[in-house]
Amino acid sequence: MSVATEPTVWPRLEPLLPLVSKPIQYVGGELGAVVKEWDTAAVRWALMYPDAYEVGLPNQGVQILYEVLNEQPDVLAERTYAVWPDLERLMREHGVPQFTVDAHRPVGAFDLLGVSFATELGYTNLLTALDLAGIPLEAARRDDTHPVVIAGGHAAFNPEPIADFIDAAVLGDGEEAVLEITAIVRDWKAAGRPGGRDELLLRLARTGSVYVPRFYDVTYLPDGRIQKVSPNRGGVPFRVQKRTTMDLDSWPYPKKPLVPLAETVHERYAVEIFRGCTRGCRFCQAGMITRPVRERSVTTIGEMVAEGLSFSGFSEVGLLSLSSADHSEIGEITKGLADRYEGTNVSLSLPSTRVDAFNVTLAEELSRNGRRTGLTFAPEGGSERIRRVINKMVSEEDLIRTVVTAYRQGWRQVKLYFMCGLPTETDEDVLQIARLAHEVIQAGRAATGSKDIRCTVSIGCFVPKPHTPFQWAAMCPPEVVDDRLKKLKNAINADRSLGRAIGFRYHDGQPSLIEGLLSRGDRRVGAVIRRVWEMGGRFDGWSEHFSFQRWVDAAAEVLPAHGVDLDWYTTRERDELEVLPWDHLDSGLDKDWLWQDWQNALNEYEQDDCRWTPCFDCGVCPSMDTQIQIGPTGRKLLPITPVKG
Amino acid sequence: MRGIMNKPQPEGGQAPVVQRIRIRYAKRGRLRFTSHRDFARAFERALHRAGVPVAFSQGFTPHPKISYASAAPTGAASEAEYLEIGLQARMDPEQVRAALDEALSPGLDVLEAVEARAPTSLADRIDASHWRVELPGVAPDALRHAVAAFAAAPEVTIERLTKQGRRSVDIRGAVVRIDVVQPDTVPSEFGGVPCAILDLVVRQVTPTVRPDDVLAGLRVVADLEPPVPPRATRLAQGRLTAQGEVADPLDADRDGEVVGEDAWSRA
Repeated sequence: MSVATEPTVWPRLEPLLPLVSKPIQYVGGELGAVVKEWDTAAVRWALMYPDAYEVGLPNQGVQILYEVLNEQPDVLAERTYAVWPDLERLMREHGVPQFTVDAHRPVGAFDLLGVSFATELGYTNLLTALDLAGIPLEAARRDDTHPVVIAGGHAAFNPEPIADFIDAAVLGDGEEAVLEITAIVRDWKAAGRPGGRDELLLRLARTGSVYVPRFYDVTYLPDGRIQKVSPNRGGVPFRVQKRTTMDLDSWPYPKKPLVPLAETVHERYAVEIFRGCTRGCRFCQAGMITRPVRERSVTTIGEMVAEGLSFSGFSEVGLLSLSSADHSEIGEITKGLADRYEGTNVSLSLPSTRVDAFNVTLAEELSRNGRRTGLTFAPEGGSERIRRVINKMVSEEDLIRTVVTAYRQGWRQVKLYFMCGLPTETDEDVLQIARLAHEVIQAGRAATGSKDIRCTVSIGCFVPKPHTPFQWAAMCPPEVVDDRLKKLKNAINADRSLGRAIGFRYHDGQPSLIEGLLSRGDRRVGAVIRRVWEMGGRFDGWSEHFSFQRWVDAAAEVLPAHGVDLDWYTTRERDELEVLPWDHLDSGLDKDWLWQDWQNALNEYEQDDCRWTPCFDCGVCPSMDTQIQIGPTGRKLLPITPVKG
Repeated sequence: MRGIMNKPQPEGGQAPVVQRIRIRYAKRGRLRFTSHRDFARAFERALHRAGVPVAFSQGFTPHPKISYASAAPTGAASEAEYLEIGLQARMDPEQVRAALDEALSPGLDVLEAVEARAPTSLADRIDASHWRVELPGVAPDALRHAVAAFAAAPEVTIERLTKQGRRSVDIRGAVVRIDVVQPDTVPSEFGGVPCAILDLVVRQVTPTVRPDDVLAGLRVVADLEPPVPPRATRLAQGRLTAQGEVADPLDADRDGEVVGEDAWSRA
């Protein structure tokens, strides 16, 4: 939190840019970007998405917080992203610090650095950014001149592996949390920074919803398991609660989406149609930690789309959520928007839909203006049995009927998404995927009388996540996953005629094992992350940069001193009484309920959705004082007349 | 509704082009790092936002009717980039200019718009570029020495990386004029360090000779090694006149009056 540092690094950065690839990603100047006077701001935030600009810019979380913060007259928020190794090398050579893209200010000069972790594979990029910013990697070595480093995003629900490197973490929705943190920092600065950094962190921790790792001690049992996690300061809560933003209609962000000049992974106006999901898929961390379901109303969605398109000039709209067809008024939303934009250049998309013939109808509405390129369904498990284990309630009959409906209505390509390495999985469960795919093609050919239909089978590797019923599960070793995928590939191609119509995409199991280490790791894993980073680890989410061997070597170097190893964190099943590294972080889910749901999984019992059946006491609503907010509102989208060309 | 374009349906055929507008735009400041592809995407969005009734091509995936004259390389600034759009409804060119300028980020500035009147295409009216290249950290005398050697050389062969691998190109013939500008006549942005300024007129030949190639040529003839990457700005594009000047390609379309901001730098 230095007062007078240079306001911009641009003059020193600019001469480096002709020497790096895609320099446009470092210059800012997007539509929607905000640059404020440094001196007029009482509180200054740098917001980071710890991946390349092309991935980070479209991130909804960062865009929402950027706008919410900049709407405050005395708050300044700027963005920073991970720089590629070519620029990192030049920045080190020329002493240029990590900078924001908005006004090219040094990140080290801000009061706060908020980092949004959608995935754990961004941890090494956090270290690069801190190091380039001149911020000591260990939070304990920072003083009053350094920004407070706060982690957010889904990975922040277990920030223990990066506990040494962050000052704080916020669990859950950020809209209100950032404003409350801002208020605390504003007051503390205005009062002349009483008590320094320690006092500021204490004030944050005492809110009950900001986790400050240094105020908690972790002790271990001789066998390596955690003995207990306990606060070491007065007034600090035993468990830190997640944040939940209720009434999404009063938070209609982003209003002014960032429109990049550089090419990015998503070039669309994205609107969340609801948050949370109670489908109860047991592997899905997002569905567990974002409860309860809170819908945005059809009319607010209509206004946001109209204004977002007009502001941005985007021609694509994404209607986002964890299971978009579950909105209580999804029919009206899709029909209303399709009517409004019929005959224009606007295309609408609805990712994350269930396997359900109704979704084909929705997709029909949405593709009025566009091409019917492909539909994606996610049965997740190949056999009925494994789908009961993971609580993905899709019958084979539903799946075939849905896909055949899609083929019959003109779609030529259907993508089916599955997971491999699920708890209790056998070879047979995975081989069922081949049989399903064959039946899909046969039924599709019979229904359409055409051989011109295709299906792509896409396989992801299961990673157990904190705050889910599978948090106790053993990970499947990568060699077992790879072997099953090889058998599956052979089974798909065993029938040449059918196999030709089936595409097969998968990733090998090794990166997932590391993701598993990081997602269920404890504070001892921090040293592994640091070692990997020292050995050159960067951009671990990118296959061309990821090195499994580097992680294995670093783990072998660091972990044995604690009597644990990579397998201990990943392929070991936990028992009911083990203290989990994130037990002191409260997502609202009752641990007893999670354990019961884990037992139900092992017994192949399913769990219904509480939107349509009675509450099953997962614990979130009473402990967080929240409730389901769903329609129908009964409102309609009125037509608006597009400008005639 | 503002911002939403009507996309004519393929089966009905596309609405015809009723007016063609030719535009000069600039890439300035930090947005000089915009690549041509980046600009093209931003420009299409700007057409949406500005509600300019652009016409679309025929076919299953209709594209807006936009054609570009040769684009400056990524990293080079420009005061003189050109494009042409076909409209399906007539508009006042100045209105189009103002609306597009407003819809693009500051730094991508739409400077002039004129209705296409003359039959020749923009490409037919452009065969040369006028560049200014700032070389921070290079003393004007060192540059003068290198430029004299370059001008005196009958040919200047540089190595270029192409898709086929390394290739030697003689760039001397394409360089019509090469001078050192007196530092006091053009203020330098690089306070404190000496900054030599190169003035170039280059014929647009195939393969294109860019300012970077001329700098490579100065390295070949006189070992000139700028300590930091030089900064090139295209000041003008157009037909090379008998006097070695670059003529304004929009003159043929103009009614005598200039629409929009005038080019302060036109040669």
